[in-house]
Amino acid sequence: MSERAAAAAPTPNVTRTDPMQPAPWRVVRTEPETHDAFKLTLAPVEAGPPFTFEAGQFNMLFAPGVGEAALSMSGCSGTVDRVVHTIRAAGRVTKTLRTLKRGDVLGLRGPFGKPWPVGLAEGRDVLLVAGGIGLAPLRPALCHMLEHRERFGRVNLLYGARSPQDILFAKEIETWRGRFDVSVEVTVDRAGADWHGRVGVVTTLVPRAQFDPANTVAFICGPEIMMHFTQRELERHGVPDESVWVSMERNMKCGVGFCGHCQFGPLFVCKDGPVFRYDRVAPLLGIREV
Amino acid sequence: METLEPIVSELPLFKGLKPEHIQIITGCAANARFEAGEFMGRVGGPADRFWIIRQGRVALEIHAPGRGQLTVQTIGENDAVGWSWLVPPYQLRFDIHAVTSTRVLMFDGKCLRGKFANDPELGYELMQRFSQLILRRLEAMSIQLLDLYGDHDGEHE
Ligand SMILES: Cc1cc2nc3c(=O)[nH]c(=O)nc-3n(C[C@H](O)[C@H](O)[C@H](O)COP(=O)(O)OP(=O)(O)OC[C@H]3O[C@@H](n4cnc5c(N)ncnc54)[C@H](O)[C@@H]3O)c2cc1C
Ligand code: FES
Repeated sequence: MSERAAAAAPTPNVTRTDPMQPAPWRVVRTEPETHDAFKLTLAPVEAGPPFTFEAGQFNMLFAPGVGEAALSMSGCSGTVDRVVHTIRAAGRVTKTLRTLKRGDVLGLRGPFGKPWPVGLAEGRDVLLVAGGIGLAPLRPALCHMLEHRERFGRVNLLYGARSPQDILFAKEIETWRGRFDVSVEVTVDRAGADWHGRVGVVTTLVPRAQFDPANTVAFICGPEIMMHFTQRELERHGVPDESVWVSMERNMKCGVGFCGHCQFGPLFVCKDGPVFRYDRVAPLLGIREV
Repeated sequence: METLEPIVSELPLFKGLKPEHIQIITGCAANARFEAGEFMGRVGGPADRFWIIRQGRVALEIHAPGRGQLTVQTIGENDAVGWSWLVPPYQLRFDIHAVTSTRVLMFDGKCLRGKFANDPELGYELMQRFSQLILRRLEAMSIQLLDLYGDHDGEHE
């Protein structure tokens, strides 16, 4: 089913009212993605202005009686009548979200945060580097690039998962692989003898990608250490820090720059990010070498 | 007969080496092919060669009792496999297994070691290049050990 809205279909945009007030959204579909990740498709309960978001933005989803979590949209960006999230059941909120059934209602605030600068990538080669659940926030960026394929140079998706059982969007990855205009490389950190794909960390995929380092934009999403090592590998291949963008993860409360919960040095991840240019956050990362 | 020299000189591992060194290395090289599933070497076996993958994929594996065969890393096109040929006791540290049908350039390590005695510069160059390779593999393996995508207590504030 299309995630796009019919032009006339009015849907709520809660950011137009009180950003702290969740709007009721109904679960229209829930599907397992992997053993611990699932896809949640939501539709607004009340009519209102359309819901529009850009690739890389997130919502705060409120699991009734439990709490809220920041979750990126994983569906294609634009004006939509349904919102799709791909979620790893990590803790209290996300584990509760996994128990929701079709027809259940939850609270949603958003969209929040700065998106991936997809416009900046136009006319350039693109590296989308994802680790683990980090593929979910990058999927809308890839979706946008594939929809407007002629605007971009060579598009590479490099994806690292923990094991073959943890690979997200497995069917879609096969579809992307079948296209000639995008290069998709997948690797896992561990596997048994029955896996015939690549084994090794996601950084080992960088030398396999085709790109002109001086005219490339890289978007990286995954655990902080993974992003750090990926940036280092990109640097080795001549991609300057100013061409690298990362999506940062910090625990969030308000999601809109009020509470300071997500503070990261002088930055608020919810409002100034979550997507940052690497050279802006590099001094704050403080990662020791392994 | 067609020489492998132009191919050898373009391989990332050997790029920039002096022509006379490329010539020596090529003298110890041959084309080879392995079928999917074929073992190129076994742990503890003699390490008297190394390979550079031209097409296909090979896996470095260890056997863990009770857990079967575990793949540590896979190696793809243009990458080198095998470094134990450089260091005594010249024994393989991993099982090396062709995952897909694989074409390689096979290098006779014993032949090359023999040349180092007369040409220490070549020995030094190759040691440097293989050390870099080992360092990068070690780095990749240590990142793998971090189990980046697993659950980690106390990681979130
Ligand atoms: C901008 C942004 C976008 C995001 N997008 C996504 C997304 O698209 N999909 C997604 O799955 N996630 C996403 N996240 C991550 C998600 O917000 C966090 O995983 C969030 O913490 C989940 O909330 P929770 O209550 O379910 O888990 P929490 O209870 O906050 O637990 C989170 C982690 O902490 C560990 N933990 C929990 N309790 C303890 C304890 N007592 N001791 C030790 N460790 C503990 C858990 O194992 C888990 O790994 C995003 C985060 C941000 C900031
Ligand atoms: S979550 Fe409140 S300021 Fe960012």
